[in-house]
Parts: sequence; structure tokens; C-alpha cells
Amino acid sequence: MSHADALHTSTGLDNRKLLMWLFLASECLFFGSLIGAYLLYRGDHEVPCVAGELSACVFPTDRTINGVEYQGLFDIPFTSVSAFVLLMSSVTMVLALAAIQRGNQRGLLVWLFATAFLGIVFLSGQAFEFTEFNEHGLSLSTNLFGTTFFVLTGFHGAHVTVGVLILLSLWVMAARGRLTQEKSLNVELAGLYWHFVDIVWIAIFTLIYLIQP
Amino acid sequence: MAGVVTRPRPTSILEALRGVRQQAESYQGIWSWIATVDHKRIGMMYGVTAFCFFLLGGVEALLIRLQLTTANGQVLDPDQYNRIFTMHGTTMIFLVVMPLSAAFFNLLVPLMIGARDVAFPRLNAFSYWVFLGGGLLMNASFFTGGNIFQGELGAPDGGWFGYAPLTLNRFSAGEGIDYWAMGLQILGIASMASGFNFVVTILNMRAPGMTLLRMPLFIWMTLATSLLIIFAMPIIAVALFELLFDRLFEANYFNTLVGGRPLLWQHMFWLFGHPEVYILILPAMGIVSEVLPTFSRKPLFGYPFVVFSGIAIAFMSWGVWAHHMYTTGLGTVANSAFGVSTILIAVPTGVKIFNWLGTIWGGSIRLVTPFMFSMGFITMFIIGGLTGVMHSIVPSDYQQQDTYFVVAHFHQVLMGGAIFALFSGIYYWFPKFSGKFLNEKLGQLHFWLMFIGFNLTFQPMMVLGLLGMPRRIYTYEEGLGWEVLNMIATAGAFFIATSVLVFIINVVVSVRSKERAGADPWDGRTLEWSVPSPPPPYDFEEIPEVHTRDEFWHRKYVEDETGRMVPIVAGGALQEEEHEEEHQHIHMPSPSYFPIIAAMGLPLIAAGLIYWEWINMLPLIAVGAAMVVVGIYGWALEPEAE
Repeated sequence: MSHADALHTSTGLDNRKLLMWLFLASECLFFGSLIGAYLLYRGDHEVPCVAGELSACVFPTDRTINGVEYQGLFDIPFTSVSAFVLLMSSVTMVLALAAIQRGNQRGLLVWLFATAFLGIVFLSGQAFEFTEFNEHGLSLSTNLFGTTFFVLTGFHGAHVTVGVLILLSLWVMAARGRLTQEKSLNVELAGLYWHFVDIVWIAIFTLIYLIQP
Repeated sequence: MAGVVTRPRPTSILEALRGVRQQAESYQGIWSWIATVDHKRIGMMYGVTAFCFFLLGGVEALLIRLQLTTANGQVLDPDQYNRIFTMHGTTMIFLVVMPLSAAFFNLLVPLMIGARDVAFPRLNAFSYWVFLGGGLLMNASFFTGGNIFQGELGAPDGGWFGYAPLTLNRFSAGEGIDYWAMGLQILGIASMASGFNFVVTILNMRAPGMTLLRMPLFIWMTLATSLLIIFAMPIIAVALFELLFDRLFEANYFNTLVGGRPLLWQHMFWLFGHPEVYILILPAMGIVSEVLPTFSRKPLFGYPFVVFSGIAIAFMSWGVWAHHMYTTGLGTVANSAFGVSTILIAVPTGVKIFNWLGTIWGGSIRLVTPFMFSMGFITMFIIGGLTGVMHSIVPSDYQQQDTYFVVAHFHQVLMGGAIFALFSGIYYWFPKFSGKFLNEKLGQLHFWLMFIGFNLTFQPMMVLGLLGMPRRIYTYEEGLGWEVLNMIATAGAFFIATSVLVFIINVVVSVRSKERAGADPWDGRTLEWSVPSPPPPYDFEEIPEVHTRDEFWHRKYVEDETGRMVPIVAGGALQEEEHEEEHQHIHMPSPSYFPIIAAMGLPLIAAGLIYWEWINMLPLIAVGAAMVVVGIYGWALEPEAE
């Protein structure tokens, strides 16, 4: 055995952790494709409108066309705050992991809940934004911007929702005393997923809200 | 095992459920299959299901050939023809070749790397049930067009490539395309689940001493294929989501009226589609790389070259997709670049061919059925590969685009290539998993019928394509010079059908025969031959220790002074069977019902979404979602066996 032992026949990573990394790598392609479709149509949306006239078109930001001023939909300060909230949830996620690794059950409960709560705040912001846009006449079928915007941010929101469900499930497990120090990997995996979803939002927020065509 | 188990009649539901549970644990009866997490059983279920779909896809192929036998054929009307050829392509790719490869991954990966199961046995079961659900959902579309007995088919009619916007509601009414897209989406989940599983299994669970460069070549190809699946499937998932949003919720991704671009679909489809081609062929190459050394009694020639060629192919497959799109007007620079990359990918493929030829060169060859099918693979794949290189030349491709030359080319690689190799694998490993040999005479008959039939079918198509016969047409006029060749092609198709019939007879005859195959019937080289046939549930009594490539071979043979391999007299390989006492505490994962519950929720959700506009489908969606949630939570909270 001694000779064979020296040869690496495993990555040394836990199976589940390796699975999570592979899954996240695969998710990169998923969001990459959605972002790619958004970028392909970026800037296209003012030209062809469903109703065929400019006033029916919906722009993300303020702009002037043929001397007519159009007010954009985006409320950058609002979305910046909700983006900040999501980023902060990554901090609380790290604190939750640190707590369970040190065996601090109370800290684990607090920080898991905080992370889920911040996630819910972000989702509420997104729900508010979606309704707001909808009331101003932007829907999935209005134009290419509507399509690419709602599907891309919607899929991100769905990922955050799944993350919140995972966090809440972990919280329930922890509250029942079933999530102990030796099971910290569960929190670590949830954390990997949560941070990934955060990073994706940084990319989406920058590309859709901050860099305008 | 043979003793009859008498069980008292269950008196209450709870007791009945307990009985079901016992059955699952006891490895007998139907419930033990439904709840199984054993990689060998899942592999067999994959194989049998995929073979059933193969018969279905084959019937569709025969219908296509019957329709095209003569000019102005009357077998199918144009609408039926479109639906049948769409389902033929989709079935053969996603429901036959991919799951048949998955069957081999499942059966062989743990045995070849010296593990007792895959990394995530329940995920593996989930993958199979999702595949089954997706396949059934997609084929259920046949019944949605009205009365199927009067030929009113509801199947998708957009081709396996589903080019949007032709697949939007405006051009393809009915639910066919919805079923197609939902079905593919679900099948994608199955492929991804098994892709993740096998990458983790191969990277993390190899037996001591099984370094990467000691892995059997089939394992390398499984790894490469699984990585391709992991990275290619999300792309088609997004493309299908976009299509579904367009069809079901009036989004605009491909709506040209508001500026949606058809090329978006094509780029995404082929960016997935070309790696997909290698997802189909790399496992076949892995199988051939195992079969040829065994029956040539020589190690694989230039093992590292074959490994790295495989990796190079997997890597380069990401940079060739636009050769499917030369005529879309991407421009000369793009066309030339993709032409060059396509020519380049032929290099590692050619390297592999030479290595296979080098393997059999000078070997002491046994011309048994598995070897014949592997040779069939090589010859047919060379023709397929060379015609592929012809397509890479842009001006030449302009002429061949949309003709039967293309049809002939991809059948040459996918049937002459993949299917031949998969049959080679079936004949090679059948004794391992059934304990019985497939009949050699019937096997030879199967091979020759299929080989001749294949060439009769597809070589005329090459000529037809060069004569200008377009693809995807449901009929043609007389006097174009296509009649004789089409007649020959149809005759060939029936040769192939006959050969498949011979195969089925062979399986039935062989399973019934009394002749037993031993643990190592072919004098094999890899670890799966070191365990009994069929292997016990726990695979290895003792986890083997690996010292070299072709480990099992080197346990049986040593080199003498002249460098020749001579058998070890004391039967070194058989030592294993001697020490029986130790295998009492092998801990295997327990069976679980949660994978199938979660998996079967998916088609319900999909069906609900397809009809959401028509009727209130919320209950169906809710039931499906509840099944998924219950399945996942039950799965996560189930007491773990390991």
C-alpha cells in the first residue's frame, strides 16, 4: 500500500464540494448565455417598436429622440441599494460559516437568518421594480429590452429564491439542533452557491444598469 | 437466492408499504429496481430504455425511407413527414446514443476505476428517471394532434435543430414544439446530473494507485464527455428557455417583427450542438479503445496520444460550431476561421485512428463479434470523418449544404461510428453483466447484415447529395435520376432493420442458454474482468490496488526474458476469489424512492406549462412542484448510509 498511497487518486476535495464547484462552473455558461443574448440585443430596442411608434417604446434610461425627451424607467439609486443589500448578504453568509465552524450555534442561527432576510429584501426590491416597470408599460413582450431584461434578471431572481429556501431550510435544521459543527460543509456549500449568485448580480447590475448603450 | 420467499399477506397499508420497503432492500422484485441506487442496475435500465427508443427511432427511419423509395411517394403526407424526421433525429441523438453511452458510463466507471459505486448513487438514479420522464413526455406529443390512428400526429415538426423563428407559434402551431423543447430541457437535466456525477466519481474515487494516466481509455473519454455535457447543456437550456418564453409567454427573442434575430438561435444551438457531436462520439471512441487491445492481445498503441487527442478534440469542439452556418452570411473571415479550426480538429481524430490501427497491427487478433463491430466503426468512421473534412472547405460546403451528402455524412459518423461502437460494447460487456455470452454466429450475422445494410443505405445518399437531392424534402419528381439510388437506400434500411431483429433474437436466445461466461471470458485487461460475472452488488470484495496501466492483464501475465508476455502459472488473477471471510462489512448505499419522486414531478410541471393558456393547469403544476420539493427534501433528510 505504501507505494500506491503516494499517488494521488483523488482531488482531496469532498465529493459534494467538487460537485458544487462543477455546478457553479456550469452555471457560468447558463448566465453567460443569457447575458450574451442581452448584449446581442442591447441598444436595439429603440428602433423597432411593437406599436410602430416611438411613444410606445420603453427606454431604460432618459433620452432624447428627434427633439422629444423620454423619461427612462430605471431608478439607479433604488437598484443600487438593493444590490448593496445583496452584497452585504455575502458578508453575513461568511459570518454564518465562521460561526458553525467554531461551533457557535447561536451565531449560526443569527447569521443564517440575516442572510436569508437580506436575500428576501433584495427579492422584494426586484418584485417592486418588476411591478413598477410593468405599470409603465414594459412587459416581457413589449420589445427586445423587455424580453432580455425580464428573463435575465428573472432567472437571477429565481436563483436567489432557491438560495433563500436553502438558507431557511438550514436555519430550521440548525434551530432543531440538527446542524452541528461537523456538518459545517452544508453551510459552506450553501455559501458557495450564495456568493456565486451575488457575483452574477454584480455582472448583471453593471451591464444592465451602470453601462448604458 | 433460489429459495422461495413466502411473505404473509399484508393486512394494512402501512404493512404493505413496509413490505415494499423490504423488497427494495432485498434486491428482488420490481420495487428493488424502482428504488435502486446500484450503478449496474441503473446502467441496465438506461440501456434497455435507450434500446426501446432505438426501435422507435428505427421505425421512424423506416417510414422516412418508405416514403422516399419512389418518386412522388404516398406513404406519408408532407406534414407527417416533417414530424417523423424531426422525431427520428431527436430520438436517435437524445434518447438513443446519449443514454446508451450513459448506460456504459454507469455500468463500467466504478468497475474500471476500482470503486464500489459512483460518488452520488441517488443522483444517478435521479438522472435515469428524469431521462425516462423526458423521453416519454417528448414522445407523448405524438398523441396531441388529434386521432393518431388516422395519421393525425402532434409531434414536433421543426427538425432536431429546431431553427427559430420557424419553431415559433406563427410557423409551427400546436404543441409539438413545446413538447420538444420541454422534453429536451428535462433530458438536459438528466444529462447534467450524470455529467456531474461521473466527473466527481472519476476525479475522486479511483482505487489506490489508479493515477490519471493509468485509467482505462474509456474512463478518459467518459471524463471528457461528462465535462462537455456540463458545459454544453446550459447553453441549449438557455436557448430552449428563450424559445419557450417566446412560444408560451410572448417574449421576443426570435420575433423578427421587433428585431429578434434568427442567428441568435443558430449560434446558441450549434455552440451546444457541436460539442454535442463529440458527446456522442467520444464514448464510442472509448469503447473501441477498450475492445481493440483485448482482441489484439496488445496494449493500446500510444496510450498518451489517444488520451490527449481525446482531450484536444473535446477542447477544440468549442471552436468549430459555425461550420454549421457557413451559408448564413457570417462573412469570409468568420467562415475561413471556422474552416481552419474544423480542419484542425480532424488531426487529433486522425491520430486516434492511426493509434487504433497501430493497436491491431501485429496483434494476435480474434475476429469475434465485438472486434468486428469495432472494425466496422473504424472503417465507417474514416469515411464519415473524411466527408466531414470535405464540409470544412467553405466553397465545397456551399454546394453540399442542405443536400443528402450532409445526411450521409452524419449518419456515417453517428450510426457507422457511434452505433457500431455501442454494439461492439454491448457484445463485449454483455457476458460481464449477464453472465452469459451473446451467440457468436448470430452476432456475426448481425454484424454483416448491419454493415452491408448500412453501406447500402448511406453510400447511395452520398451520391444523391452530390446529384443535388435536398434534405428534409418529403418527396421528389420523377426523372431527376434519384429513383434507383433511393430504392437501394430503402432496401439497405431494411437490411439494418433485419440485423436489429437478429440482435434481439440473439439476446433472447443467449439469456436463455445454459452456458455461463466466467469472470474473464475475453482475457480482458481492465479491472471489471477481475470480479465475477455478473458482479456482486458491492462490485469489489476488496478495493483493488493498482500498480500499472492494464492492471488486470499484468496480474495475469509477466514478461519473460525475450520480452514476450507469458501467463503467470499460479493463476495470480484468481487469488482474489480465495479469501472470502473479509467481505462482511461492506457498506452500500441504501435504496431510495426520493429520486424517482423528484424526477417524475418534472414532466408534470412541463405538461402543465405547455397548456397553461388553455385550461387551468395550476393543479398539475402544483402536484409536479410538490413532488419535486418532497423528493428533494426527503432525499436531503434521508438518513445517510455512508
